[in-house]
Amino acid sequence: MLPLTLFEVFVRSKHGLSHKHVGSVQAANAAMALENARELYTRRNEGISLWVVEASAISASNPEHKESWFEPAEDKTFRHASFYKLPDGVGHM
Amino acid sequence: MYAQLVDTGIQHLKTLGEMTPEERVFQSKLDAEIKIESDSWMPDAYRQTLIRQISQHAHSEIVGMLPEGNWLTRAPSLQRKLQLMAKIQDEAGHGLYLYSALETLGASRDDQVAKLLSGKAKYSSIFNYPTLSWADIGAIGWLVDGAAIVNQVVLQRTSYGPYARAMVKICQEESFHQRQGYELLLTMMNQGNQAQKDMVQDAINRLWWPSLMMFGPSDEHSPNSAQSMAWKIKRQSNDELRQRFVDQTVPQLELLGCSVPDPALRWNEERRHYDFGEIQWDEFHSVLAGNGPCNEERLATRRQAHEEGRWVREAAIAHAQKMLERSR
Repeated sequence: MLPLTLFEVFVRSKHGLSHKHVGSVQAANAAMALENARELYTRRNEGISLWVVEASAISASNPEHKESWFEPAEDKTFRHASFYKLPDGVGHM
Repeated sequence: MYAQLVDTGIQHLKTLGEMTPEERVFQSKLDAEIKIESDSWMPDAYRQTLIRQISQHAHSEIVGMLPEGNWLTRAPSLQRKLQLMAKIQDEAGHGLYLYSALETLGASRDDQVAKLLSGKAKYSSIFNYPTLSWADIGAIGWLVDGAAIVNQVVLQRTSYGPYARAMVKICQEESFHQRQGYELLLTMMNQGNQAQKDMVQDAINRLWWPSLMMFGPSDEHSPNSAQSMAWKIKRQSNDELRQRFVDQTVPQLELLGCSVPDPALRWNEERRHYDFGEIQWDEFHSVLAGNGPCNEERLATRRQAHEEGRWVREAAIAHAQKMLERSR
């Protein structure tokens, strides 16, 4: 079979949001991957901008480190505004 | 259902006590409705079952383009032709979303496509029936896509994240398919002459039972369901989904002014559901085994398309290589 490359596809919707991962396409190069992605992921006004990234170029966090990396954030509730109790008189803050 | 018989390779459902520590962690995630992602640990049988199911589903979308393609050049107006082309392009897209989900499991798209072309892989039995008249295009949109929606809406909650997300996107697009099919039939019934109305009834007569077969074997003859349900790949049983489809479709049938070829179909006030007759399971198994009216034709068309498209794939690669060399 032919050596097509797997590209991950990211779409920015109309509403001023960040590009969001939507799936992947196979293509011979990035330019063709963009064309394939346009046909596949934006047939119904889903977006106004597309990114494609070679899947092999993405570095991901190790799933085995999930607890050691992300759980320490759970007991740091003082990082959230809701941690701080204020008297009613203060109003909206 | 687009994947009607998915073998899990499991004879016996393990209890928590029989599971390895890894399997227990996996099962507890499923029980807590935490999605499994491509980098999560998963039992090999779960991975293989998903590969089988998602590839059957993907192949069904791809082969599903063929019965409709048959009528593209004979659509009665430019508007109908554009609608049908858009629907067929969606089916190709659905196949590609699913192959994309399949690749996250480490499966090779090329290998799975090769299995389809060699006749080893299954796809939905419904696409091995012929499309004999223009009304079949409406009946497919209404009944076949309607049955697919019932199945796929539930699969949006399937336990494997990439599969569930592909289903969300597919479901958004499917409702256009069903509505265009039903509206097409309504137009023929409301504005057509007697011959055209007869065509609608004939299409329903031929496609009704095959549509009910899409949900797969009855629960008592569905040996793989227990494991698929425990893994939450499958969320509702074949018979439950089939009943839901019948219940929602019969009022639409009445509005069309048509009937289905089932003398046993009637509202059961006690159950609050429609009763319906027994499916011809011999026919179901025969079509799934490759002996339906169009199995050979469908595969031959796919193989021809694959062969005739080879130069396009080769040209794309050659072009990419040339561009790369020029940029150096």
